[in-house]
Amino acid sequence: MSATPESASVSAIVGGGPLLAVDGLRVGFATEDGRVQAVDGVDFQLEPGEVLAIVGESGSGKSVTAQTIIGLTRSPNSHIEGSVRLNGEELTTQSESELQKVRGSQIAMIFQDPMTSMNPVFTVGSQIIEAIRAHDTSTSRKESRARAIELLEAVGIPDAAGRVDAYPHEFSGGMRQRAMIAMGLALEPSVLIADEPTTALDVTIQAQILDLIQDLNKSRGLATILITHDLGVVAEVADRVLVMYGGKVVERGTLEDIFYDPQHPYTWGLLGSLTRIDQPRPHRLPQISGAPPSLLNLPQGCAFRPRCPHEFAKCKEVPGLDARLSGDPNHRDRCWLEPDQKRKLREVEPGRIGLEEPT
Amino acid sequence: MSDLGTTSTAGGPLLEVTDLVKHFPIKSGLLIDREVDQVRAVDGISFSVNKGETLGLVGESGSGKSTACRAVLQLLKPTSGSVKFDGQEIAGKGRRELRPLRREMQMIFQDPYASLNPRKRIGQIVGDQLKIQKVASGKELRTRVEGLLERVGLSPEHYNRFPHEFSGGQRQRIGIARALALGPKLVFCDEPVSALDVSIQAQIVNLLDDLQDEMGLTYVFVAHDIGVVRHISDRIAVMNKGKIVETGDADQVCENPRDAYTKKLLAAVPIADPRESAARRRERATAG
Repeated sequence: MSATPESASVSAIVGGGPLLAVDGLRVGFATEDGRVQAVDGVDFQLEPGEVLAIVGESGSGKSVTAQTIIGLTRSPNSHIEGSVRLNGEELTTQSESELQKVRGSQIAMIFQDPMTSMNPVFTVGSQIIEAIRAHDTSTSRKESRARAIELLEAVGIPDAAGRVDAYPHEFSGGMRQRAMIAMGLALEPSVLIADEPTTALDVTIQAQILDLIQDLNKSRGLATILITHDLGVVAEVADRVLVMYGGKVVERGTLEDIFYDPQHPYTWGLLGSLTRIDQPRPHRLPQISGAPPSLLNLPQGCAFRPRCPHEFAKCKEVPGLDARLSGDPNHRDRCWLEPDQKRKLREVEPGRIGLEEPT
Repeated sequence: MSDLGTTSTAGGPLLEVTDLVKHFPIKSGLLIDREVDQVRAVDGISFSVNKGETLGLVGESGSGKSTACRAVLQLLKPTSGSVKFDGQEIAGKGRRELRPLRREMQMIFQDPYASLNPRKRIGQIVGDQLKIQKVASGKELRTRVEGLLERVGLSPEHYNRFPHEFSGGQRQRIGIARALALGPKLVFCDEPVSALDVSIQAQIVNLLDDLQDEMGLTYVFVAHDIGVVRHISDRIAVMNKGKIVETGDADQVCENPRDAYTKKLLAAVPIADPRESAARRRERATAG
């Protein structure tokens, strides 16, 4: 692997503050049926070499958050508030042409579906070369081609020199996702945003891609935002976790916090409804009743209230994202219950966390 | 495979598949298409499903599990092999002969967005086959459909709505109601939860479980998520490259896999427990 250490990740450390800082991000879309507040106040910071997982179901705002970071949600009907700073530089107010320079060279994004995210009429190599030359026209075709081969090798494509001239349809799903990652890495970005990168892949391929992301993360100090709905994937690679529901972050903490000391009932529900092959199977799969809320018509107060068996009077007020556990300012959640109550309520069976006892 | 028919659950086999083969020709040529090769999608599989049990079929994409289902149901004409339903040979039968059997065998599809006709109302989607099979009509048809909707957790008022008015989980419930309308004995569930949100997956799995108890259904449950398959299945068959590589009791296959491919598949399933998965990664690193 040919990590050139003078790339952007180092300048982040020089600059002091976090590599990426998102503050009070709100994204709304005007629709025929009214305003949809897809993201309603998201804050987080990302350091070099860190993997931050954003977990949530469809409509939770996790993808919109990621897309907004690199300015993909700008449109006449969208309304973006808050700030996104990369190395201290504000991105939300940058012009489209300034953002073009950030995309790819400093922040790269890979998408869920490797089948549709490449152009079928160009070779994989030419698409990587295009990405390189779009940002740096001084690189010759020959150099970019060599670089493309090097990148394909780095992400584990066998016979990269031969494959560089292949078309996307000649690649399997896993290879295409690797090629997408290679393209993302072409300009040595300091941040990689991976939006459900393994959802469309088989488990054996998924394991390889996750290993690859982790490798790059360690060897290049690549900061990664991993967007997923799969807590199994989170457990494999993340350092810190944001759990989103109805456009808001409902809990955030370290990997250990979220899995072993979860504070929000929605997190309990997610953990409880997993099928674990390393544990005896329960008679019934614990479920979260109801459906995720419509963003057009969010319930008053806590958005999870209608699905929560532990609802009480206070839940009609919106809970803040506060540190409710003494001594841990970084583990925050939006639930009015007392930490002691939570500890009791979440243990539905000895040693098993869930939303409620399965019926 | 001698361990196939020897489970304790309920009576004899409802479905017996022997040496089922489905090859697709690869054709080439300018004027006349000549067959130059074959894709061996299903390459000689045998299994049986007893009344009231659930057989899980796992494998990666391209392993042939969906093709196997379709060939068993005669939605695809098998190249060779025998499929016996309730003791009766159905492989190679014509459309007309198969029609009465369609009442007995139904399918639930993966994609709840693509498997419902967007221009039909829910009542029609669920009720059409009752009409085609001349089971019910008029007022009785409506009562039956409303009953079905209630049974799968929807409301009878949904009768006149269109599919686009429903969420993914609700659409899958409509798909289930449609599959159950004719009171089938055997239901093929082809990846019924993989397109759904995590919190909804458990609801649908539990619903399928309840319906099995209530109606004495027999399931063939196809999925790539071995965790879900293990939860719902009595026995599991693992498919790879068109062949069944291992069959056995669900817990046994997951806890003590015998085949190398099954082991590989199980090792790749992420475990939602950071300490466990870190330990597993260390093991993998030292082993490989």
